[in-house]
Amino acid sequence: MPLPVPQTNVRVVTLKVDGQDYSAREDETIIEVCRENKIPIPSLCWMDGLSVVGACRLCVVEIAGSPRLQAACATRVREGMVVQTNTDKLQRYRRTIVELLFAERNHICSVCVSNGHCELQWLAQTCGVDHVRMPYRNAGYSVDSSHEMFRVDHNRCVLCTRCVRVCDEIEGAHTWDVMGRGSGCQVVTDLAKPWGDSESCTSCGKCVQVCPTGALVKQGTSVGEMVKDQTFLSILARRRSHR
Amino acid sequence: MSRTISIEPVTRIEGHARITLQLADTGEVEDAKFHLTQFRGFEKFCEGRPYREMPALTARTCGICPVSHLLASNKACDDLLAVTIPPTAEKLRRIMNLAQLLQSHALSFFHLSSPDLLLGWDSDPAQRNIFGVMRADPQLAKNGIRLRQIGQTIIETLGGKKIHPTWVVPGGVNEPLTAEKRDAMLAMLPEALTIAKDTYAFYKTLVPKFQDEASHFGTMKTLFLSLVSPDGHLEHCNGYLRIKDAEGRIVEDMVPPGEYPRLIGEAVEDFSYMKFPYYKPLGYPKGIYRVGPLARLNNADACGTPYADVALAEFHTLQEDSGPIASSFHYHYARLVEIIYAIESMQRLLKAPSILDTRVRARARGNKSEGIGVSEAPRGTLMHHYKIDDEGLITWVNLIIATGHNNLAMNRSIKQVADAYVDGTDVKEGMLNRVEAVIRCYDPCLSCASHAFGQMPMVVEIANAAGEVVRRIARG
Repeated sequence: MPLPVPQTNVRVVTLKVDGQDYSAREDETIIEVCRENKIPIPSLCWMDGLSVVGACRLCVVEIAGSPRLQAACATRVREGMVVQTNTDKLQRYRRTIVELLFAERNHICSVCVSNGHCELQWLAQTCGVDHVRMPYRNAGYSVDSSHEMFRVDHNRCVLCTRCVRVCDEIEGAHTWDVMGRGSGCQVVTDLAKPWGDSESCTSCGKCVQVCPTGALVKQGTSVGEMVKDQTFLSILARRRSHR
Repeated sequence: MSRTISIEPVTRIEGHARITLQLADTGEVEDAKFHLTQFRGFEKFCEGRPYREMPALTARTCGICPVSHLLASNKACDDLLAVTIPPTAEKLRRIMNLAQLLQSHALSFFHLSSPDLLLGWDSDPAQRNIFGVMRADPQLAKNGIRLRQIGQTIIETLGGKKIHPTWVVPGGVNEPLTAEKRDAMLAMLPEALTIAKDTYAFYKTLVPKFQDEASHFGTMKTLFLSLVSPDGHLEHCNGYLRIKDAEGRIVEDMVPPGEYPRLIGEAVEDFSYMKFPYYKPLGYPKGIYRVGPLARLNNADACGTPYADVALAEFHTLQEDSGPIASSFHYHYARLVEIIYAIESMQRLLKAPSILDTRVRARARGNKSEGIGVSEAPRGTLMHHYKIDDEGLITWVNLIIATGHNNLAMNRSIKQVADAYVDGTDVKEGMLNRVEAVIRCYDPCLSCASHAFGQMPMVVEIANAAGEVVRRIARG
């Protein structure tokens, strides 16, 4: 879903979320309405100010009349829509998704520079992941520390592609992209060159700030020291859209 | 018919181990071995990680003494950065290390060893634990728990967590000390000093009862290795390596820690996952040496704090000749002296006005390809040695843990104790407890994980030459 283009004349619709009535602009998505009204829905790939990919499926909700679960980030509101955001079934699905993320790569929170400031860690706590029920893959992934200011640790990457989108849509450099398929999928810089050799990277650091985990971090940080500031994104996105 | 006695697991130590005693047909102990039965692989799986992760990664080797690993690892990283850390950061690190020494020594003495010392080697194993001590001498047990709590609270006050704090970072520490925290720590220390002095005085009255143990619990001629300060005083954080021989002659002195590979070699035996470090110039196994509180006090010219110096002088009267104290049994005594030293030193450091200075971190990137960090952990000299590539990723790691240094000495000690106390014709539980107890003198940190004492069963199986179990003694 591309970045929304603000429209001046949009209708207002009413919908029911978890039994409560809400009104919203018809060009809004369910997750936007939930965020505005402080209805907690977990999300990972979605980020205010970036285009929507609907990849992580953590924000799935139940919509009356729909046979399957829908991603709240990729579903626009409709008049009379009835949405459930926190049923037992949804909790089960979300917990399983988070467990799969932990099982897929090596998220060792205790030694991670993002420990205590990590969205995946918060999600695990929110979704009640006190242990992982499936076997860990324990596959080794590389660490690219060739950039003077930043480092990418693919062991901590959840493939949310926020870095890819912010680099393309906000910075305009499109240094980041995705390579490979399945479990071999990984984010790459400049057609899989070492980050330090990238000619397109402007070293702006936006990718580092939007990364939800300890995959993209600043050099020189020790355990727990990587605190990310994402407030810039919605401001920049708004200014871009007004140009 | 020769038989083997296996003590597994060894209880009231930190980690998992097994002791086997090989008995001859006559019932005499032919051989004794101390086996570390677990493998962890830190040196291998750290490869490829950014060096700044190493302090947190290697601290996970231990839940009792993570601060020691944190400190040695950060010192190795300081070396990689090629920086001198701010003086206040050095003092703050020193305080955390002393607090760690305090809590770990308290754990070893009160929780793990006092049941033997207070209740006796032959007492009922079901009672021979900290709960038995609580019943026999509630105040002693309470003091031990309180002393450990004070050490842990100081670590938490400084680092935010009792276990695995991340406050110490390459280049210094990541947050300066506030006056409130300083005052809170200072307020606890007089009580700690009173407990430490009372316990020391009490233990002095016990020592004469253990003359027999003192002469058989690892009483041997070995070298002693430790750090000493530039003026030859007791040192746990920085300083230089010193080695003394059994006669008290200084064999190596003022050796920069970075030169440890010149002094220390590591041998491997097929019966244990723990390596066998030795003093290179004497070769293996002749280069046997001991580390830890006993070695530190034997090597130091003085402690440098008032009560600890008095205690050090009394420590040197434990044996008649003037050389280093030879019995590993006196590790317990040395531990109590170091507890007093730690408390007095923390008081001195915390009272210095400069302790509140806000310049506590030197920032740099990897400026060297190889870094070595050495500190004194509660159990002895701890060495971290890393190599990194141009991107700052680890390519090689060598860790020499304090308990490893004592491996040769521990093996020799159990043989000595088994020779003195174990009668193969009628094996009693109390005999085997003495074999375990000599290991407890060294306070080994084997898996670097803490276990609840008294809950691990000990099983002794006596097998005949055909491997059939002819007798089984179980407890727990």
